[in-house]
Amino acid sequence: MKVAKKAPAKKRSPKAMTNDPAALLSGVVGSRGVTLVDLTQTLSPDFPPIVLPPEMGQSRPFRMEEISRYDDRGPAWYWNNVSFGEHTGTHFDAPVHWISGSDLPNNSVDSLPIEHFIAPAGVIDCSTEAQKDADFLLTATHVKAWEKRHGRIAAGSWVLMRTDWSKRADPVAYQNLDATGQHTPGPDPGCVRFLVQERDVLGFGTETIGTDAGQAAHFKPPYPCHYYMHGAGKYGMQCLCNLDRLPPTGALIVAAPLKILQGSGSPLRVFAIVPKR
Amino acid sequence: MPRAAKIPIRKNPILRTRQPTLPPASRSRVALGLTAAAARGRFELQVCRDCGAVQYPPREVCRDCLSHRLAWRQQDGRGELVTETTLRSAQELYFRERLPWRVGIVRLNAGVNVIAHLHERVGTAPCRVRVEVALDRAGQAALIAVPEQGRPHLSDDPRLREMTCDPRGRKILVTDGKSVVGQAIVRALAAAGAEVIWIGEAEPWKKVAGLEALRELPPATVVPLDVTDGKSVRELAGEIGAKVDILINTADHHSAFSIASRRGVETAQSEMDVNYLGLLRLAQEFAPLLKARAADEPANAIAWVNLLSIFALANYPPHGTYSASKAAAYSLSQALRAELRPAGVCVINLFPGPVDDEWDQLEMPPKLSPVSLASAVAEALKGSVEDVYPGDVAQDWLARHLDNPKALERELEEGAR
Amino acid sequence: MVAPAGYDDVVLAAPVTIPYVRYSIRSAHWFLGRALGGLIAAAKIPKARIDGLAVASFTLAPDTAVGLTQHLGLTVRWLDHVPMGGASGIVSIRRAARAVQSGDAEIVACIGGDTNHTDSFRRNTSVFSQFSQDAVYPYGSGGPNTSFAFLTAYYMRTYGAERKDFGKLCVAQRNNALKNPIALFKKRLTLDQYLDARLVADPLRLFDCVMPCAGAEGFLVMRRATAVEFGLRFARLLGAIERHNAFPDDPVQYRGGWAMDRDALYAQAAVGPDDIDFLETYDDYPVINVLQFEGLGFCKEGEGTAFIRANTFEADGSFPFNTSGGQLSVGQAGAAGGHLGITEAIRQLTGEAKGACVANARHGLVSGFGMINYDRGVCSGAAVLAAA
Repeated sequence: MKVAKKAPAKKRSPKAMTNDPAALLSGVVGSRGVTLVDLTQTLSPDFPPIVLPPEMGQSRPFRMEEISRYDDRGPAWYWNNVSFGEHTGTHFDAPVHWISGSDLPNNSVDSLPIEHFIAPAGVIDCSTEAQKDADFLLTATHVKAWEKRHGRIAAGSWVLMRTDWSKRADPVAYQNLDATGQHTPGPDPGCVRFLVQERDVLGFGTETIGTDAGQAAHFKPPYPCHYYMHGAGKYGMQCLCNLDRLPPTGALIVAAPLKILQGSGSPLRVFAIVPKR
Repeated sequence: MPRAAKIPIRKNPILRTRQPTLPPASRSRVALGLTAAAARGRFELQVCRDCGAVQYPPREVCRDCLSHRLAWRQQDGRGELVTETTLRSAQELYFRERLPWRVGIVRLNAGVNVIAHLHERVGTAPCRVRVEVALDRAGQAALIAVPEQGRPHLSDDPRLREMTCDPRGRKILVTDGKSVVGQAIVRALAAAGAEVIWIGEAEPWKKVAGLEALRELPPATVVPLDVTDGKSVRELAGEIGAKVDILINTADHHSAFSIASRRGVETAQSEMDVNYLGLLRLAQEFAPLLKARAADEPANAIAWVNLLSIFALANYPPHGTYSASKAAAYSLSQALRAELRPAGVCVINLFPGPVDDEWDQLEMPPKLSPVSLASAVAEALKGSVEDVYPGDVAQDWLARHLDNPKALERELEEGAR
Repeated sequence: MVAPAGYDDVVLAAPVTIPYVRYSIRSAHWFLGRALGGLIAAAKIPKARIDGLAVASFTLAPDTAVGLTQHLGLTVRWLDHVPMGGASGIVSIRRAARAVQSGDAEIVACIGGDTNHTDSFRRNTSVFSQFSQDAVYPYGSGGPNTSFAFLTAYYMRTYGAERKDFGKLCVAQRNNALKNPIALFKKRLTLDQYLDARLVADPLRLFDCVMPCAGAEGFLVMRRATAVEFGLRFARLLGAIERHNAFPDDPVQYRGGWAMDRDALYAQAAVGPDDIDFLETYDDYPVINVLQFEGLGFCKEGEGTAFIRANTFEADGSFPFNTSGGQLSVGQAGAAGGHLGITEAIRQLTGEAKGACVANARHGLVSGFGMINYDRGVCSGAAVLAAA
């Protein structure tokens, strides 16, 4: 896997304070009430981890080892030791995760501005296209067409690519690997550049195992979502679910990764606050 | 040619399952020399280095010249059956349950008398016989007289069959059937007449062509099994564990790194998680189930096979962390052997040298082909052994280790093989 | 080689048998203690005059003769624990005889006895010896049945003995036992019953095998003058031999140690086989009787079958043999099995037979055998006794 060289230095600091929490929250308080939608897959040993070639370092799947369960190991309590990679299950990617974001300030999960943990989301429905073509790529053209119907994507908001891929309960179908690699939908390089450079989004979220498409190793640059988003100090989220229960606009995403020392990401509980119409 | 085992009759579920019993297990330390050789399938007796007299029963000094310089040497076992009896009454439960039982005195050409079990093909005394060694259910060496001509198999005699772990007619779990070695073992067991072979598959999204072909074999069923996941092991044990007669642990995480050639412990953790803790998880879930059925004749639980590595005996520094994980597994297998012993379930360890697979790609030949390794597994189950060193490299390292382990350590440091 | 000294002046007295029972909850100490008490009562001597003790027992552990001294309140100046199974009685005589001859002791109590719990036999045979543990017991756990089946099969095949020949001995012993009030077997045994009994270890069947039980036997060894002092009836010791691990290169034990030393026995006793009026053998299985007939010179080696066919073995027969019934009809009280023939011989020679009586008994031969350490009985011994 060839990793593209880092782009020439054009460091941007993350956009500060475009989302005033009070403003965001007051937007929903005055409405007819809210629905909370859980966008998180259960952290379970059955959930598949990302696949890398065997000679690379491997990210761990989720594992639980029981410490005690009201027994001789601990009579009145039940608890477990758990282990996982930072990128296991429904998880958050911080800019330091990619080489293109390695030099940015406040680029690890413990140093991200806390204000970014509540943000609005635009949800782009690609479920029909993804159903027909596992390698479907979202393009800037698609996004602009979506904007014509739902309005311009706001700066500092999440863009979530709904594919209904999370409904693939069989991990073999979810991973969708064959001898030519993984086949899952994602954004093409032009789409990512558009969202980063023209719309200044907060980050990109998918239902699949990665924010990039399964075949992204072969794109130019490889893994464009990671490369451009993190290179611009933006975030990623993957293995989301229930995006089909979100409106195209108006949902507020609560996504707060664990505060891991110099962490590149973490599994998290991510949910949406959706105003009732 | 072993005759076909009868297809097991369905067990009557209202009857209590028979509990395992063992033949007498106590031996003096010096007699354990017989067991040590039997573990590797060898019949050895002590021979006096000073006067050449062969000794039996095992002892501390020569029965003729009183020299203490006695060495264990392989024997051909030829001799004459001079007298025999068929026991109709026995003091220990194990034999009581298996009466009548035939034993005799064989006068070996080597000049000593041995009391031996008699294979049913042996004629009445006097007649020429050959004495072989097997491991009985207590894990101790047992001498068995077979006819001098012809090579009847232990499993041809229904009473002696249980000193083997013959896969014919058995239900077998191969914990990882995806690796090339695992696939070859599945094929070898199918050829040996296994009735059912459960093939463990982890990470089903990583497809391997060989596994798909195995699904076509009549005895084969692919089952989910990831030995790094306690839940997966527990669930499979709950589903099939009570039917497994033989468990073959082929799950192996192999990398080719020394201490310095890979920063961080992530790879070593995976090796330990599969090779050592994987064995522990399997043992915790499956061993009790095998023990409970160890006497559940005729389709009883009989064996646990571990694919270790000759690197478990002596660390191979280019695969240094891998070697350590296999050494950990070896140590644990000894604990497993002790826990399974009261039920008479044997633990068989194989210590192959480099195998012709992707992780030993850069090792120079001779390398063991997966088919040869699989054949060694099948032969070990059909025989009566517990420590198997298949292939030229394994035999070479074993000889060097037994001769002088520190010298082998130095030789491996130099990268010599 | 110097011929061993004779046993001039050594006598055996006060034969005591503690009645046998199949199972007992008592320990060996109970039976041995009662035997000692019986000796004192029978001889009417003060306990303090017993200054020597020889003990044989399998179930006395963790005690030996040492523990018994305190347990029974004996202070002795000569003590021996004899672990030679059915040869212990004869060996005790040899040891005690030299002690009283030299003045190391004056009155030696020789006692053999064992208890028998329901699992005693299995416990004892499973840890009988290192060779047995390593190389015999794991092969079928048949105990002595295995070893004597090997022997019997070999003897029958090699010398043409048939089961009916062994049966003749067993029937005769049972006939002798019918008159013995303490024999555990009370019913007549026919040859057909013997031949048709259930198999135990081919070719051995039920009536070839001795019945282990609890009990004890004892007698006193002293100089003639001491016996006269106490007014005791006694038998004289004329000769005694022992031999251990004889003929180690024989493929199977077809001859016992007696063959090595019987000429010396008869020379020491100044009598020959023809002078012997009765024979008490060690008889846990019939075949060993035949080895004793041959080994002690009553017939040639290998000709035991013809000897059996030519004789009758009841107390009033042509060759009085195991006149109490022997172990096969009385029972085997552990290590007392080798003392049973001695007490019976003393009774026959002092005119105090409890059961069948040998008329005009002047000379008797008692033999002992035991300890199948691996594939043969290691210990053997014999003694010639005479009437006073």
